[in-house]
Amino acid sequence: MGAWLNGPMTWGNAVVIFLWGAVFLMIVLGFVTYAIYFERKVIGWMQFRQGPNRVGPLGLLQTVADIFKLLIKEDTIPRKADRLLFMLAPVLAYVPAFSVLAVIPYTQKLYFADLNVGLLYYVALSGISTLAIVLGGWASNNKYALLGGMRSAAQMISYEVPLVISVVGVILLSGSLNLRDIVEAQSGGWFWNWNFLPQIIGFAVFIIAAVSELNRTPFDLPEAESELVAGYHVEYSGFRFAFFMLTEYVYVYAIAALTTVLFLGGWQAPAPFLEFVPGILWFLLKFVFVVFFLFWIRATFPRIRVDQLMGLGWKVLLPVSLLNVFLTAVYIELFIKG
Amino acid sequence: MGLLHFTNDGGDCVDNYVNQYVVVAIFIVLGILLPAAALTAGRLLRPHKPTDPKQTTYESGNEPVGEGQVRFNIRYYLFALMFVIFDVETVFLYPWAVAYNKLGLFVLIEMFIFTGMLLIGLLYAWKKKVLQWNSV
Repeated sequence: MGAWLNGPMTWGNAVVIFLWGAVFLMIVLGFVTYAIYFERKVIGWMQFRQGPNRVGPLGLLQTVADIFKLLIKEDTIPRKADRLLFMLAPVLAYVPAFSVLAVIPYTQKLYFADLNVGLLYYVALSGISTLAIVLGGWASNNKYALLGGMRSAAQMISYEVPLVISVVGVILLSGSLNLRDIVEAQSGGWFWNWNFLPQIIGFAVFIIAAVSELNRTPFDLPEAESELVAGYHVEYSGFRFAFFMLTEYVYVYAIAALTTVLFLGGWQAPAPFLEFVPGILWFLLKFVFVVFFLFWIRATFPRIRVDQLMGLGWKVLLPVSLLNVFLTAVYIELFIKG
Repeated sequence: MGLLHFTNDGGDCVDNYVNQYVVVAIFIVLGILLPAAALTAGRLLRPHKPTDPKQTTYESGNEPVGEGQVRFNIRYYLFALMFVIFDVETVFLYPWAVAYNKLGLFVLIEMFIFTGMLLIGLLYAWKKKVLQWNSV
């Protein structure tokens, strides 16, 4: 993308970028469709079940059928709900989920927006989706939905802080918020140059807080189906519900890509003699592994209680992430600058 | 020119800088267009036969009791206050981390003191049992 962006923006260029963005949107939707299939299949195998296997060969069309079903399903809005906010909430949840993908670089040349505040942009926008969840829970005028929305807010504010602070170590090491520069700072041939080993504490905090920000098991309290029916989206049906679901899986894409970029060396090869393999393949390999890891966690862990959730966030993750920042800063002071 | 420092593609820096945000704006527009298109298409495809029972609030099959939008536990408010404090801290941490390599030992000690004071606040809240989640 870089070459067109150096000159002044013309309408022609803008249209071309818009079309590429639309193609990318289709790729993301395809990813979501098959991530859901893959998740159901993987969790099925882990629990000695088959997973979806009826619609299409090997059940491959199951999610496609589900999407069409949601599209032609009646859209019921409760009489007591706040109509405007109720209709606004799924859209407000989805828009930031897609917008954060603009800054993810896939290779040195393949990226959409090369913001020098890329990481900050990601963190800032991803917070807006929680607002939409609270809004949806409140506008439903339903007790389960309100509880789910409130839990989501409490969870978001407890885990946003460790998540944001855990990446400060990465910023210290690379001296930039630009995601391409962060990947470049991890080059050096071997996989132990990637941030996940020098930043092992930050990496652990980041993964835990990221799973929590995704509202996935073991941190899926906002939609804990055994206590809250479905949490914040109890009253949503049809395609409005589909947008909440879509948001969740677009964030899976975003977090997996961000983890790859920040901690797993992006498109860098794990060893110097493997550098002949195109970078995009390395990126995809790491990306798919992180996605699989998220599904694996879901199949393995039970849901934690709300008091454990808040305790873990404030008493463990926050002090540990701050400790990591100062360990990294002292290390740089002693060994790199010295 | 400080902000433009990291654009490393060469060419005209200011144009490049602005153009990156045009790409972001295009992504936001695409993000709004998809729900708008899908929900409009759905409106043409889906049935619309509202009945009274369908439109009642769901409460596990019982008649809903009272209002859903009730006042909520104060405990969430205390967590929100702590969130604001530490979120503002991250606002200071980010520029500090980006510029750290160009700064001396002095800023490290300065950040130690700043974070230390906030940690004292966290310990105080801990002692006051704000972090204890009990059902009041």
